[in-house]
Amino acid sequence: MENINTGDTAFILICSALVMFMTPGLALFYGGMVRSKNVLGTIMHSFIMLGVAIIVWVLYGYSLAFGPDAFGGLVGNLDWIGLRGVGQAPSDYADTIPHIAFMIFQGMFAIITPALITGAFAERIKFSSFIVFTVAWITLVYSPIAHWVWGGGWIGELGALDFAGGTVVHVNSAVAALAAAIIIGKRKGFGKEAMHPHNLPMTILGAAILWFGWFGFNAGSALAAGGLSSVAFVVTHIASGTGALGWILAEKIKTGKPTTLGAASGAVAGLVAITPAAGFVGPISAIIIGLLAGIFCYLAVGLKFKLDYDDSLDVVAVHGVGGALGAMLTGIFASTLINADGANGLIYGNASLVVTQLIAVGATIAYSFIVSFIILKIIDAVMGLRVSEEEEINGLDLSLHSETGYALSGIGGGTLGHTAPEVALQPEPSYAMKPSPASDQH
Amino acid sequence: MKKIEAIIKPFKLDEVKNALSKVGVQGLTAYEVKGFGRQKGHTEVYRGAEYRVDFVPKVKIEIMVDDEVAPRVVDAIMESARTGKIGDGKIFIFPADDAIRIRTGERGTDAI
Repeated sequence: MENINTGDTAFILICSALVMFMTPGLALFYGGMVRSKNVLGTIMHSFIMLGVAIIVWVLYGYSLAFGPDAFGGLVGNLDWIGLRGVGQAPSDYADTIPHIAFMIFQGMFAIITPALITGAFAERIKFSSFIVFTVAWITLVYSPIAHWVWGGGWIGELGALDFAGGTVVHVNSAVAALAAAIIIGKRKGFGKEAMHPHNLPMTILGAAILWFGWFGFNAGSALAAGGLSSVAFVVTHIASGTGALGWILAEKIKTGKPTTLGAASGAVAGLVAITPAAGFVGPISAIIIGLLAGIFCYLAVGLKFKLDYDDSLDVVAVHGVGGALGAMLTGIFASTLINADGANGLIYGNASLVVTQLIAVGATIAYSFIVSFIILKIIDAVMGLRVSEEEEINGLDLSLHSETGYALSGIGGGTLGHTAPEVALQPEPSYAMKPSPASDQH
Repeated sequence: MKKIEAIIKPFKLDEVKNALSKVGVQGLTAYEVKGFGRQKGHTEVYRGAEYRVDFVPKVKIEIMVDDEVAPRVVDAIMESARTGKIGDGKIFIFPADDAIRIRTGERGTDAI
């Protein structure tokens, strides 16, 4: 216990709180982008993860991800089930903070990762099926992949670099999002009706909260307060800023106007791309990484229309493309001058890191897509993934949660209980085409 | 001239607008309204307290048309707004005295 550093411990606990705050930030980011009839349902998808994911994590998820290796680097064993043995003494993962602090920091990652996926099936998934999917996904996809990269598994052994989760969190969730968008199908009216965001100030506030929380995500991944966390903090801010710039620059060139949704999306794209690189690259590299992320992710949002799938809130374009790009750019820009425990990238004469990064991204894409696809197919067959057409038309807020997000007019505000006189339901009226009064006159 | 008012389901507005464009309607006014008819309202629940909301959201559109066009316009609305379920709405037709385009002072059918 004498190894415990109070500064490091305080830092990691605060970073855990910052990462926690990203999930409600994501709720607002997504909530503003859907139609007003689905705002609560969409916010709920992220918000409830704070409860659902942490239970899985505490009971066995943490053990699967970070517990002692079980099958040659594929998954952790169940020694730490129910957090058995995860206490106040430090662990091998971070020798200056209590093991339980490391656990909760990682737990916040396990919360936001499934929440990221929800943008793909927004406005049409059944709440019960969504909860079942999430529990299965954390168990069978997130925990093993976290083990591969961070828990002493085979990708980490290979020497792939993923500082804060570009592959584990972003590529992983985006690939699951793609599988989900394909299986659940397009929203009713997709490509025909306007489905524009209903509250952009909410989305921008959400993006700003994500940005704020991301300092905990990336700087905290140094697992100690010091030089490395400071570098990670600085490059995180730089890449987010240049991500916003890259996106609106691309927009300006392609459509003539820089948009606020573009700036918010670009900032998130920059954050995603710097995530794997944060503790391995310097400030100038961060400028380039952010700019490229903003531009590439902007170009990628058009893919869903070309390839004809409805990834409603562009999880694939922002987190998938941004995460994969960030992982590859880490292979190019990583430097041992920043982090002696890291590796040199392509521009420092080590081309092999690019190949290693490619293997890490490729394996994550393949595993996450296949297993997510199977989980979703099974849930679809057993309990159905999608709400009924009528529920979708009326919106998830009213259909699934019996609430409305906005009560801006006093008209029809409702009466408490069932005290209002019930109007007897008349038989269905006949819609036979009668001659209209207008035509009578001719 | 006729003034045609229709109360429709909100998500049908785009379809109705497109159907009206096809029969030559060049402009319409739409409002978000609330009302009750034969369609039952819904229940909302806040911290366990149930609220009956009998007034359901609808969209009301208003169109001014030439007499000869009116039957086609009515048919277009009926076909495009209909789902066959209760709550599809209603169409009301009124005789109209005159119409004026404010910019030019044109009157009657020239103004619509």
